[in-house]
Amino acid sequence: MDMHSKKRIEIIVEAPAIHRLTAALETAGVKGYSILPVLGGRGSTGSWTRDGLVGGAGQMVMLICITDAGRVEAILADVMRLLSRQIGIVTVGDVSVVRGERF
Amino acid sequence: MSGIDLAVANLTSPMVLFFVLGFAAALARSDLTVPEAIAKALALYLMLAIGFKGGVEIHKTGIDSRMLGAIGAGALLSAAIPVIGYGLLRLTTRLSAVDAAAVAAHYGSISIVTFVAGTEAVRLAGWPFEGYLVAVAAIMETPAIMVALLLARRAAPDRRGEPVGALLREIGLNGSIVMLIGSFLIGAITGPKGLAMIDPFIGAPFRGILCLFLLDMGLVAGRGLREGGRLLSLPVVAFGLYMPLISAMLAAAFCLVLPLSPGGAALLITLTASASYIAVPAAMRLALPEARPAIYLTLSLAVTFPFNLTIGLPFYLFLAARVAGGA
Repeated sequence: MDMHSKKRIEIIVEAPAIHRLTAALETAGVKGYSILPVLGGRGSTGSWTRDGLVGGAGQMVMLICITDAGRVEAILADVMRLLSRQIGIVTVGDVSVVRGERF
Repeated sequence: MSGIDLAVANLTSPMVLFFVLGFAAALARSDLTVPEAIAKALALYLMLAIGFKGGVEIHKTGIDSRMLGAIGAGALLSAAIPVIGYGLLRLTTRLSAVDAAAVAAHYGSISIVTFVAGTEAVRLAGWPFEGYLVAVAAIMETPAIMVALLLARRAAPDRRGEPVGALLREIGLNGSIVMLIGSFLIGAITGPKGLAMIDPFIGAPFRGILCLFLLDMGLVAGRGLREGGRLLSLPVVAFGLYMPLISAMLAAAFCLVLPLSPGGAALLITLTASASYIAVPAAMRLALPEARPAIYLTLSLAVTFPFNLTIGLPFYLFLAARVAGGA
């Protein structure tokens, strides 16, 4: 089976900022992404969980998108312009995908 | 009812006791939790019920100058309290200007859950109240946020500002406000006929569902105190306890001139004394991301909300009875 090398950008960000993030990604030409709830975790101010929370503050979500290596820097520049002051983590990893034309 | 009777009736109500249960369970590190989706559904139910019932009252009485006066007073209080709170925080604590502005915004805005608990305390006391206070609650959410942003920008003029229009839209379309106002309008349109149709849903189950929701709030507040309490200095904790009382006194002064019933006055005082922990924290994460949520969310949810629910509410009823002519 043909495999294609791509980059996987993973962004964990505060839930209230997610709409601004997706708008920035769409403007940057990202074709698709997935958003997952983050159940809980631990950071510099202690542990947290999304159990029982009604509002978006205090909740984190994870956005995953897969793209060509050549576009990562431009996308990250847009993302960081938006998220540099927010709580979150941005990572980039190498992945192989089956249907390369989709990303 | 005397002040002591009000305090005893409030502290021994199932709603408050379920909150205490959740708070204690979280502090004891119990694995008791309410799943997020259920907590959100409970909150939606409460907004629907309280909004709809308020709208039905408006259907009966119509819109008049008393309602507009109360809305104006609510907006004024919401805008003034952050200025007072910001000044007190800068004087008495070591919080940065941005943190102080964010905390002040929470105290100028309102907690709709405290308002719902207040309506139950007023009902327990046997006092009727004006249905339009639901509209006052919705109006009081926003001015505090805008004033706090101005305070933060004045303190740090070089910081990148958020476009105010986009922020206002996000605050105005906050799910809890849309649900509250939408239900209020539906109640106002359909009136007692509409209420009769859905009363089995929003009438009898209301208190039980409020108990479950307050259990969840207790769990969240206890967890917040356990994890974030160490970040709060003594002067900051003290602010979380005395600021609601200052706000209550201000609202009580307005009640001397507003033609509100004792129940309505108690609710306006409760609204003014409450601190937001749903709409404003989310707005602050967008508008003032440098402000630390571990400070403002912990203070509002884990210090002021329990204080208001247990000690504040009976005091606000007591105060209302004095300024609105007794009940």
